[in-house]
Amino acid sequence: MSSQAHFTDFKSDKRPTWCPGCGDFGTMNGMMKALANTGNSPDDTFICAGIGCSGKIGTYMHSYALHGVHGRALPVGTGVKLANPDLEVMVAGGDGDGYSIGAGHFIHAVRRNVDMTYVVMDNRIYGLTKGQFSPTSREDFETSTSPGGTKQSPVHPLALAMAAGGSFIAQSFSSDAQRHTEIIEQAIEHDGFSLVNTYSPCVTFNDVDTYDFFRDSLVDLAEEDHDPTDYDQARQKIMDFDNIYQGILYQDNDSVGYEKRLGIKEPMNEIPDGAPEGAMDLVREFY
Amino acid sequence: MPEDLNWAVGGEAGDGIDSTGKIFAQALSRAGRHVFTSKDFASRIRGGYTAYKIRTSVDELNSVVDRLDILVALTQRTIDENLDELHEDSVVIYDGERSWDAEVPEEQIALDVPLKSLAEDAGGAIMQNVVALGAACEVAGFPIEHLDSALEKRFGDKGQKLVDNNQEAARKGRDYVQENYDHDFGYSLDTTDEDYVLLNGDEAIGMGALVAGCRFYAGYPITPATNVMEYLTGRIDKYGGTVVQAEDELSAINMALGAARAGARSMTATSGPGIDLMTETFGLIATSETPLVIADVMRSGPSTGMPTKQEQGDLNMTLYGGHGEIPRFVLAPTTIAECFHKTIEAFNLAEKYQTPVYVVSDLAMAVTEQTFSPEEFDMDAVEIDRGKVVDEDSIDQYLDEQGRFQPHYDAADGVSPRAFPGTEQGAHMTTGLEHDELGRRTEDTEERVQQVDKRNRKVETAQREEDWSPREFGNAEAENLVLSWGSNEGAIREAMQDLDVDVRFISVPYVFPRPDLTEAVENAEKTVVVECNATGQFADLVERDTLTRVERINKYNGVRFNADELRDRITETFAAESEATA
Ligand SMILES: Cc1ncc(C[n+]2csc(CCOP(=O)(O)OP(=O)(O)O)c2C)c(N)n1
Ligand code: SF4
Ligand SMILES: [Mg+2]
Repeated sequence: MSSQAHFTDFKSDKRPTWCPGCGDFGTMNGMMKALANTGNSPDDTFICAGIGCSGKIGTYMHSYALHGVHGRALPVGTGVKLANPDLEVMVAGGDGDGYSIGAGHFIHAVRRNVDMTYVVMDNRIYGLTKGQFSPTSREDFETSTSPGGTKQSPVHPLALAMAAGGSFIAQSFSSDAQRHTEIIEQAIEHDGFSLVNTYSPCVTFNDVDTYDFFRDSLVDLAEEDHDPTDYDQARQKIMDFDNIYQGILYQDNDSVGYEKRLGIKEPMNEIPDGAPEGAMDLVREFY
Repeated sequence: MPEDLNWAVGGEAGDGIDSTGKIFAQALSRAGRHVFTSKDFASRIRGGYTAYKIRTSVDELNSVVDRLDILVALTQRTIDENLDELHEDSVVIYDGERSWDAEVPEEQIALDVPLKSLAEDAGGAIMQNVVALGAACEVAGFPIEHLDSALEKRFGDKGQKLVDNNQEAARKGRDYVQENYDHDFGYSLDTTDEDYVLLNGDEAIGMGALVAGCRFYAGYPITPATNVMEYLTGRIDKYGGTVVQAEDELSAINMALGAARAGARSMTATSGPGIDLMTETFGLIATSETPLVIADVMRSGPSTGMPTKQEQGDLNMTLYGGHGEIPRFVLAPTTIAECFHKTIEAFNLAEKYQTPVYVVSDLAMAVTEQTFSPEEFDMDAVEIDRGKVVDEDSIDQYLDEQGRFQPHYDAADGVSPRAFPGTEQGAHMTTGLEHDELGRRTEDTEERVQQVDKRNRKVETAQREEDWSPREFGNAEAENLVLSWGSNEGAIREAMQDLDVDVRFISVPYVFPRPDLTEAVENAEKTVVVECNATGQFADLVERDTLTRVERINKYNGVRFNADELRDRITETFAAESEATA
């Protein structure tokens, strides 16, 4: 591991093309700070990004990274972490990427509990494809593909994660830089799969779920007497669909990452120069 | 054709048919006899029936034939399903005390053996199949000690008592036949001192993967590829690797991709429906230049098709699948032993050229257990080539003037350096978007052309540097040319032993890149392409490559070719006045 990295080391030399004011800037800054604050460096970090405005984060950060296909960033992260448990693995993508096309992977990544941090940049809209409703859009949200509202109820990602046996369930807001960074730091330090649903407003296509809306309605759990390790308290908050919370809603302190449960100890990148010793035993098994 | 004996056990799914058949196959193999097995699943009539068939000889075997000498029938249906394979000296062993009234056609020798009650005498009705194996030993003239050895292998880890009981059950079957049927059945199975191993195509792929250093496998169960995953499970861990059962194939291939980017030799295996899903990610593997091995164990399609039936229908899929133009390698092992060798080759090609590699095998190989001499799996000959991997010490020369690592460096041979995550100064991104040498998105027209050319150049380099030769059999000077790809090789080779016409046979294990067959086709009077599909996908390729029309022998009823029918069809093809030459 190299000497203590500064958060700007995680910045690539590509200038972001996000719209000025886009929530993704704040989300990314918090991720870079949290990575640096937890002692990681670009050379031992792997970022997997989905497709969307959010997914471009893989291009704007500097580390080992793969910007993959729409909705499949979590499986990529799973493979990276299992093959090299020494790496810090972070997965980032949008609400469409994670809760629509990738929803199946989301549920299973939660229950598999590989030690990685998943930041969903939730703007409640499809930004990159220019403003269609997303799975987290409100029922009455009008877009080019939902003229009279979506007429379907939004998904509740935190509740989905809880139902799937999630071991770290949190929510943050891109413009509350300090809290957002803190929450991601704790997610990084958690042993297991950490979900951080980060509200990252789209200033171009979503005029409902705006900075003002989130600022006015977010309830910060730091200011409440909330114990995230208490499952019942956590469940109450997570199932309370009338309010939105910022902070760590649930954390299982006994969680152990799947890679440890599988007994994976070493990176898998070194192999012998030829057939492994005793390879003939594999053949003899078929005698 | 070799002097052989054909034996089968059949009954309902759940009757333990598979393990009974496997025990007998193992006994024969341990007696130094060659074995070539096949399985009948499901139906010519309706659900439920399954059979395990064994062809055995002291000579090498490479095909099934359509003849049955000894049939252990646990149900009437087993007899009905196999009527056209029975002949007048066939022996049918059945249990007349069971509830069904066996109707054994008069031409056959019916051996009514009280399997169930003899098994109960030996310690439990569950051993009735083993009683039948004992009876079969007597009929076949096969020393029962070899069956003992196979029973030992099968039950040894469950305790000596169980082994003893089973050996006793087998003897009861043998003795019953001796005592009640004073008859020379005319069969005798010689044993030899040869030392064989018995394995199927999926196991050969799995073993190849382990030997090649594969450390990560992600997959989703599907017939007939599941056995690869089951083989690796519990074995790969011993080498520090792991198997993950993913939620679907979309996930499986992305996990395998992630592991490969982390520096592990990584693979997945599936069948047609899974390839459909994986195709979404196939282009990403190629553009991110990630080494990955994908085994497609073909079954009958399209859609869910006939999941337990044979077909070579995925050639075009593996060769062309995916939007855009995707560089790849497609290997098609032609025998079970070759499944092992081609899997190792696939890992080397994948890493040397940072390209996805398909290993295309099929159900016929996946469900066939075949004997090989252990020397066929020569471990000393295994070579591992990881390609251009750079480490901390060598990375400097691959950084640009600003000190950045270039994962898609436009090298003369097309092959860029590779830095495993964790390598200092190696941090880089890559993406399925078109990118520059640094892996950053670009839509610049020159950079686009540079990267497309670079990726394609890898294939050209491989075409030049690697050996893509086919396998040759028969008379190289013959005017009749037989071509085939994949698993038909064995049946064709056996058919050739009985052909009246002189043929040259080229068996092609590489679909892409593939050997240039132009000269062979031009030199031949007539060429026929043999393959298990309806449209002749490989024949189309041959015609395109060689600009010459070829004859076709196709089969797509779900059953593999056997040597008998190929002998007839090849003879017919070469005897007929060809349309092409007429
Ligand atoms: C298979 C596939 N289908 C559709 C698309 C088009 N597409 C790109 S991003 C996107 C949705 C993005 O929404 P979200 O994940 O919320 O990301 P955002 O842009 O809002 O950050 C879609 C539908 C695609 N790239 N791939
Ligand atoms: S469209 Fe919306 S989400 Fe995309 S960059 Fe602009 S503000 Fe951000
Ligand atoms: Mg979105």
